[in-house]
Amino acid sequence: MSTQDDREKVLERIEQWKLRPPRLTDDVITMAHGAGGKASQSLTEAVFKAAYGGPQLDRLDDGAVLDIPSGHRIVFTTDAFVVTPRVFAGGSLGDLAVNGTVNDLAVMGATPKWLTVSAVLEEGLPMDELRSIVGDVAAAAAAAGVEIVAGDTKVVERGAADGCYLTTSGIGLLPENREFGAEQVEPGDVVLVSGTIGDHGMAVMLARGDLKLDADISSDTAPLHTAVAALLDAVPTTRWMRDPTRGGLASACNELATAANLGVSLFEESLPVNPPVNGACELLGLDPLYVANEGKFVAVVPADKADDALAALHSDPVSAGAVAVGEINDEHPGMVVAHTPFGGSRIVDMLVGAPLPRIC
Amino acid sequence: MKFVTEFRDPVAAKALIAEINSLAKDQPPRKLMEVCGGHTHAIYRHGIETLLPESVEMVHGPGCPVCVIPMGRIDDAIAIASREEVTMCCFGDMMRVPGGTSTLLEAKANGADVRVVYSPLDALTIAEAEPDREVVFLAVGFETTAPSTAITAMQARERNVTNFSIFCNHVTIVAPMKAILDSPGMNLDGFLGPGHVSTVIGTGPYEFVAREYGLPLVTAGFEPVDILQGVAMLLRQLAEGRCEVENQYKRVVRDGGNTAALNILAQVFTIRPHFEWRGLGFIAQSALGLNEEYAAWDAEKRFEFPGQRVADPKACQCGEVLKGAIRPWECKVFGSACTPETPIGTCMVSSEGACAAYFNYGRFRAKKRIPVKAT
Repeated sequence: MSTQDDREKVLERIEQWKLRPPRLTDDVITMAHGAGGKASQSLTEAVFKAAYGGPQLDRLDDGAVLDIPSGHRIVFTTDAFVVTPRVFAGGSLGDLAVNGTVNDLAVMGATPKWLTVSAVLEEGLPMDELRSIVGDVAAAAAAAGVEIVAGDTKVVERGAADGCYLTTSGIGLLPENREFGAEQVEPGDVVLVSGTIGDHGMAVMLARGDLKLDADISSDTAPLHTAVAALLDAVPTTRWMRDPTRGGLASACNELATAANLGVSLFEESLPVNPPVNGACELLGLDPLYVANEGKFVAVVPADKADDALAALHSDPVSAGAVAVGEINDEHPGMVVAHTPFGGSRIVDMLVGAPLPRIC
Repeated sequence: MKFVTEFRDPVAAKALIAEINSLAKDQPPRKLMEVCGGHTHAIYRHGIETLLPESVEMVHGPGCPVCVIPMGRIDDAIAIASREEVTMCCFGDMMRVPGGTSTLLEAKANGADVRVVYSPLDALTIAEAEPDREVVFLAVGFETTAPSTAITAMQARERNVTNFSIFCNHVTIVAPMKAILDSPGMNLDGFLGPGHVSTVIGTGPYEFVAREYGLPLVTAGFEPVDILQGVAMLLRQLAEGRCEVENQYKRVVRDGGNTAALNILAQVFTIRPHFEWRGLGFIAQSALGLNEEYAAWDAEKRFEFPGQRVADPKACQCGEVLKGAIRPWECKVFGSACTPETPIGTCMVSSEGACAAYFNYGRFRAKKRIPVKAT
């Protein structure tokens, strides 16, 4: 065989190798995965596209082109997720990153449609863990019926970040005629919460392991758009909604009281709290009103529509535990007051600092 | 949770409120001091002040361990924490307590290795896991928390952990009560005695309140029904002209205390000749330090620190609040310069502090009581 033939063969082999889809063989994230070259490409193909690729994302353009149906406005939101640990009872970083943004859109009255996902990865993150996080993102997006249309990945040196941070931005469609907000709230309206409070915050606190407590507590992370849609179908005059994440129900109610310049009265004996969450809060000196939720929303509806609203919420498994927990008044504008079962009352203020256990 | 719910039973509470009302009706106005910060917190948390008749006023005493730490000691803790080799472990409440110029939270942001722990034993575990670090536990609290610090010191000695030490700020409850009783203008009618401290020291150490000062004292638990029953027992004593030490919290507090815990305290600690209290000044024999046997684990002997006394800010009236001379909202800076976000005085820092509790829970007085709604 001539040398010419040999050279042809080698060149052919190189060409074929170039055409081969990039393969990801690394066990951990390295700086190369963020450098924009072959390694970046293989990470995108083998991890992100493999998990949640679709007609938009697969084009790998610099942006997604989205068609907005007529008669709609868009709601646009963004959220960063840095939870530690990244896996906890009932959920994971990936679940939160999708559900958090989906729920922000849902409680604005919008139908969640599209998400972007940006990942900041720490050098050394095990590839299997990344696959698992991304798999959770894909599953949560599928469950929430949203398409991931764009994304980005950056890698930082070991020590410059804690494993993996995700940022999701989301767009939802809001019908032209749908109006609600704190300014619609009136004295006499009823405050509903879609289920038990404090589950997520307590599940993450226990998963951190510092407390050396063992309890049957799971995060409530879940997409809320179906429950919100059911509520808005049944009670189009719903005044206001919010998902009480960090700062808990207490902070959401304070934001409402301030924005509406009305008082919010909460009835302590109506507040739904899972017994293990209540027990853990008792032990740690925390108030479940201030503990974070990731799969609950609070809604204000006209008093004569409260029963319809609850019936609609009970029809969706994610809000089957919905109850009325309070009412709006004009007696203490800007202030949230809790009424204790034996007739006492106290102010429920905004949280100051981090919720830390009392020491004795 | 049944153990808790029965002490939050609205029916039992209503019966006690009726009893308190009928007892108070035939008496002059009464000022009762709850000594313990846990009581202060529970009183506000459950809205108990809104249930008591106007003639019965609860005065919030010195029993919040965070509130009574003087600023100089915080500066000392920051100085130790800021050393390159030191990892300072403390309870979460201590992070925001203001020293002369700064807080541990600010020191942490500036690079000091300060970590929040939930038990002193966690600090010892950190010391064992990181032998290159000098791990210091910032110990605060009354006789309630002192035994767990003592156990930690004993385990450090047993396991020969040499990179661990304790910056001890433990205080005792009886000395400041005496100081308050001796202070001019004191006009208290009785004490709601601390529940958890009493599980350790028993009820004997309070006998002097009845014997020497002629005032009743009732040791009480921390649930709403406990507190209401404690108040009712005090009013009954006053109505009948008695002054005795009574124990409402019998399900937890034995009259003789916890002898095992007292033994442990005696093995590790010694009473300091005097110790400074925020707002109350120096009080003789009011605090615990590590004894000679545990000198090797005493951060005060291991590290240099300024040890400077810092005068309380002029505007701050924490002392008057702690003595019950003024109520939180009567302080000049309450709610203006001094808030839970930017506390000037320690009473505003911990959720058990009288000012923070009042700021968070107590400001609201309903013009008309909103009826309790059934679900």
